[in-house]
Amino acid sequence: MIHRECGVLKTTYEADMALYPLPIARWAVGVVAALFFVVLPFSVHEYYLSIVNLVSIAVVGALGLNILVGYTGQISIGHGAFMSVGAYTAANFATRLDLPFWLSLPLGGLMAALVGTVVGIPSLRIKGLYLAIATLAGQLIIEWTINHVTWISGGVQASIEVPRPRLGGFEIASQREMYFFLLVFVVIAITGTLNLMRSRVGRAFVAIRDHDIAAELIGINIFRYKLTAFAISSFYAGVTGVLYTYYLGIANYEQFQIVTSIDYLAMIIIGGLGSVLGSIFGAIFVTLLPILIRYAMEAFGSLVLSPQAVLNTIPNLRLILFGALIVFFLVVEPEGLNRLWRNIRNYFRVWPFAY
Amino acid sequence: MKRWLAIPIGLLMMSAVTLGSPGWAAASHEIVLGLQCDRTGATQTVGVHLCPGYHDYVRLVNAKGGVDGHKIRAVEIDHEYKVPQGVEAYERHKKEGAVVISLYGTPHTYALTQKLTEDHIPGTSPGFGRADATDGTRYPYVFPLAASYWSQAGAAVDFARKQMGGLKGKKIAFLFFDNPAGREPIPVLEDLAAREGFQLRTFAVPPPGVEMGAQVLDIAQRYRADFVIAHLFGRSPSVSIKELKRVGYPLRKVVSFVWGSAEADIEAAGGFGVAEGYHTMQYAGVGTDFPVLTEIREMYRKEGKEPSKEMASTVYYNRGVMWAAVAVEAVRNALKAKPDGKVTGADVKAGFEKIKGFTLGGLLPPLEITPNDHEGGGWVQIWQVKGGKFARVTDWYKAYQDVVAKHIKEAGAKK
Repeated sequence: MIHRECGVLKTTYEADMALYPLPIARWAVGVVAALFFVVLPFSVHEYYLSIVNLVSIAVVGALGLNILVGYTGQISIGHGAFMSVGAYTAANFATRLDLPFWLSLPLGGLMAALVGTVVGIPSLRIKGLYLAIATLAGQLIIEWTINHVTWISGGVQASIEVPRPRLGGFEIASQREMYFFLLVFVVIAITGTLNLMRSRVGRAFVAIRDHDIAAELIGINIFRYKLTAFAISSFYAGVTGVLYTYYLGIANYEQFQIVTSIDYLAMIIIGGLGSVLGSIFGAIFVTLLPILIRYAMEAFGSLVLSPQAVLNTIPNLRLILFGALIVFFLVVEPEGLNRLWRNIRNYFRVWPFAY
Repeated sequence: MKRWLAIPIGLLMMSAVTLGSPGWAAASHEIVLGLQCDRTGATQTVGVHLCPGYHDYVRLVNAKGGVDGHKIRAVEIDHEYKVPQGVEAYERHKKEGAVVISLYGTPHTYALTQKLTEDHIPGTSPGFGRADATDGTRYPYVFPLAASYWSQAGAAVDFARKQMGGLKGKKIAFLFFDNPAGREPIPVLEDLAAREGFQLRTFAVPPPGVEMGAQVLDIAQRYRADFVIAHLFGRSPSVSIKELKRVGYPLRKVVSFVWGSAEADIEAAGGFGVAEGYHTMQYAGVGTDFPVLTEIREMYRKEGKEPSKEMASTVYYNRGVMWAAVAVEAVRNALKAKPDGKVTGADVKAGFEKIKGFTLGGLLPPLEITPNDHEGGGWVQIWQVKGGKFARVTDWYKAYQDVVAKHIKEAGAKK
């Protein structure tokens, strides 16, 4: 492939630290951006955009969890709960104070960051599975609180309807408008994460993940950076919750139960821990695969089975196939889809002179 | 190294096939009904019996030549009881051109309410939450169709009154699943307690609802309730029957809301012998003696097949038939206004609002849906486990509709 670094000489530190050191990479990013901003939204049916929208929201959440789990090495099973904190904060601000989304969204993120920091405090003393259980407790406590404190949840039904987001006089309602709305946040989240990982904070995270005692020895304030990791990750989760809220027009804690936390963990493990591209791959994989399997089953299942039997088989076979594919990918490449992608790239980098 | 490539290329091809195929090219006069379902996931015991009922009714209508000559196609999508997948299913139904979508699940109903209204597609949610959607002026495109949890609460209290011969000074326990759907009836119950002068205490069962020994012991021995109203889902109704039986509480003093009322719940609790006396509330007829079910069995025989085994679970199966029947009836009404078959969601909405006197031989309550009342009146029947099967105790009835109406009005005023 033409993606090779031959002849590219770096003469400054800036050039060495650049996000996309090769001209071809910059062009590739430009092409991808054009594809997503111009070609895709105007060439496909709204239904496909609705799937892309779900993927977009998941990308933001997966990036957030990856910062915590993949980059900093802290585990969390409370990601779904942080999303609900964001969702309810924004919904309350949006309905009680009539705040526009560009205020309620960061507020939702900040509140989630605050709660996430508190839930992250046990990480200062415990690690690994123990921390997982501590964050699980956080998930359950937050779920219970939202379920029972009607002042937060807005009544016995624990759901708050929010108006569609508005920008000036323009209401964002259709799937296509929603697509652009969400895309902006996806771009911010991706570039934010990429740059965070190149910064002092990001390097401290990675040092803590790789060896926390060594990190402390070289002068990294473990206390501060572990909580920062929780705060940033929860901020992303909170924003994800707000995006769900605005996308669906309602904050409802039942969508952010423990299954959601597990789904997001699955995304980053399948996609690849500690990589931005991996989070995107994971979000796409977990969101899209059930849909693709269903299409395939509908297309081919009717060849051998009666319609009623197909309907009975599709959901179960889909679950089996989904599980089997996850196992397959992890066996083939435990480091996730991102590593798989890198392998493919490396293969082509030296092609046709494989060694 | 080539084997790495096989996977992404395979995936690409798969997506190319699915994106490129025209899908189900819509014939000009085919009418599409959307059905969200859950054959895997949290409440799959309901879905596997309910959804076949829906399909069988649609097949029956088509076997008889369709609705005014227009064939009906039911598109079922399983969403595993997850909201994002439910939203995706909704968008797919919209793309397929569904003119009415049967929603499945309380959180899904909440999540899709706004979209239904914006897209002008009526969505039905029989037996699922959103009691306030009864107010058709506020939620024009949501149709609860069956008694909401508020109406069920009113009916349950009325039933308790008749059983005990009065409510003054009596103690009623409300045993409920601790989630928004479970709590929905509480405000109505509290109002009724104040009005009728009975004592009400609520007993929350935390999810997943398989552990309620403490609550049941409390109800039976400390609080000594005169009557129990149970509102549980999934596995928990059977647990409640078992536990109440274990502490010696008479099951004839228990009435369950509609999701703890199926054969499956009784069997999971140890069979009809164990649950003798247990009262259940129904929003569709129970049993096999309805003309429409005979017709469905007849249809199977004509095809040379045995009637499907799902028909044995009559509570859920009959509800599936009801979901389909009301939707088809709405389409029929819409087609009367537009005989060319090009009905839209808005036409079907108007069709729903004309439903009156359509009971399908007693399987459906005497629904009367109007632009104001999307619930159709809030009818229920009480059935009882008696001699190894369900026996009907009451005819279709409704109660305390003024209290329910007051709550609907309040909910509407709140915004």
